[in-house]
Amino acid sequence: MAMLSFEERYRVRGGTLIGGDLFDFWVGPFYVGFFGVTTIFFTLVGTLLIVWGAAIGPTWNVWQINIAPPDLSYGLALAPLQEGGLWQVITVCAIGAFVSWALRQAEISRKLGMGLHIPFAYGMAIFAYVTLVVFRPVLLGAWGHGFPYGILSHLDWVSNVGYQFLHFHYNPAHMLAITLFFTTTLALSLHGGMILSVTNPKKGEPVKMSEHENTFFRDALGYSIGATGIHRLGLFLALSAGFFSAVCIVISGPFWTRGWPEWWTWWLNLPIW
Amino acid sequence: MNRPSRPFVGVLLAAGTLLLLACERPPMEATQGDFRGLGVEQVRNPRLAQRTLDANVSPDPMPAVEAAGQPASAVYQNVPLLGHQDVADFNRLMGAIYQWVSPQQGCTYCHEGGFANDDAYTKIVSRRMIQMTQRINAEWKDHVGDTGVTCYTCHRGQNVPARVWSHGEDPGRPFLGAQAGQNAPAYEVGLTSLPGDPFTAFLSGESADIRIQSQTVLPAGSERNIKDAEWTYGLMVHLSEALGVNCTHCHNSRAFSPWEQSSPARVKAWHAIRMVREINDEYMESIADVLPPHRLGPAGDVLKVNCATCHQGLPKPLQGVSLLQHYPGLARELARADDGATDVDDPLPGDPEVGEEVSGGS
Repeated sequence: MAMLSFEERYRVRGGTLIGGDLFDFWVGPFYVGFFGVTTIFFTLVGTLLIVWGAAIGPTWNVWQINIAPPDLSYGLALAPLQEGGLWQVITVCAIGAFVSWALRQAEISRKLGMGLHIPFAYGMAIFAYVTLVVFRPVLLGAWGHGFPYGILSHLDWVSNVGYQFLHFHYNPAHMLAITLFFTTTLALSLHGGMILSVTNPKKGEPVKMSEHENTFFRDALGYSIGATGIHRLGLFLALSAGFFSAVCIVISGPFWTRGWPEWWTWWLNLPIW
Repeated sequence: MNRPSRPFVGVLLAAGTLLLLACERPPMEATQGDFRGLGVEQVRNPRLAQRTLDANVSPDPMPAVEAAGQPASAVYQNVPLLGHQDVADFNRLMGAIYQWVSPQQGCTYCHEGGFANDDAYTKIVSRRMIQMTQRINAEWKDHVGDTGVTCYTCHRGQNVPARVWSHGEDPGRPFLGAQAGQNAPAYEVGLTSLPGDPFTAFLSGESADIRIQSQTVLPAGSERNIKDAEWTYGLMVHLSEALGVNCTHCHNSRAFSPWEQSSPARVKAWHAIRMVREINDEYMESIADVLPPHRLGPAGDVLKVNCATCHQGLPKPLQGVSLLQHYPGLARELARADDGATDVDDPLPGDPEVGEEVSGGS
């Protein structure tokens, strides 16, 4: 694989969290490290188990392949492989692979003397996933509350879990998460548009810099958040979206069993009406 | 960089904690309704569920009596519905009705100036209601099964059942167009902003079609729109709240309409909706002229029933306990044994051909 000529000098030794020098090397452009090895291991095992699950299942239709969690009756115990045990093992593999990937990001960041913003951000996605398949099922007392692994089947789960609470759009954390997701795309599109507009000047014009960027938003909105600020805001919005997604599902069931519209009775019951 | 001030963080934390107080706490109980992993399940708060159970306890039946050997009609006059019954059973039923409906007022709530006297409106009403109960128990077994219903299923020791509905007062023309009963959180539709009175539309009179989903891939030719869907949604939320279940009790939400993807409970509900329409149109409306004004709703119409009238938060009213078996007079098969049984002012409504409508109906 071709390598850019200037990449070589960034390949610094050290910074590993585990394994010392043993896996401190690159394969082509890719840093390996102990967690690169565990990532590959969990990914391979998990994916092959999914393929096996499809092989013993009723269909090879990629839309309909379904690796479902155990019946609720198994509670938090292990289930037979073909009755949800496969889902349990695949879940372990998925968490192993995701966490390994985050720790590999952390090792690379440490090598380069960078902050840990990237693994932290990726960790929010892991947190949301673990909330779905571990925290919430444990709080409800059965692995069967996790979502099934399948393209259509997980959508059926999402739909039905929503309707378990009559009208999921009344879930306050769901409201926050949706708002944050949309705001993230708004911020990203403003930022992307801004960068492209200053770096694509008319022929003969120089590329514009921060002064133009700031002036545009000061003229338009009265305030410019600044070059660092927009990235800080973007990360905050995106991570908050993921965080409140996790909150909105973990409160549905463990902390609320009725229709979500009914939760708002605290508002209707305020003594100010 | 400016850090958020401590008071600001404190206020945020306090607000978040207060909102948590609006929630419930684990542990919860869950039951699974379909294939694993499908999300078809009921999650219940056992502490709240216990409250509902405590509020829905069936009373003990009156002590059983030995047959007296002669029908009620031989002892009492003017007993068109129950005259064929053994007089001991008849008296037992009368005692139960007094407990179920008028424990404060006693027998004289209906019986003024002699047992045979029909002057009290309450007696006319209760005769019609007994007729209705017999009809439900005999002809609506698709919904009530062998458990059946008695006066207590709805009345619960009160003259008028608590969970009833009537047409709302006409709000007049609102400032900005017709609100269709929306944006005023109604308990009947789970405090959503859905139309607050789906009952007038779906459970009485010229009942609208509940089915809203298009039967074709493209909505070609369908005149139903998303506003119609909100009425259906409102009715469905009422069903959920009335039974203390969520949508997946009947539906797999991936496709609401196909019967083969729904639970058997949905068939029960289909019959229930038709049963409630008949109760409202044939029985409740028929007593409207008899009732004094203070027994009518604010719009002057008779109080009517919906799912909550019997269910009151449980999938099976009164936890599925059958009182009917102790009071055979309320099952019409027995009433039919007497040839004087149908000698009442209002003829019984014709039997709807319920079974035939299942496949093609709404």
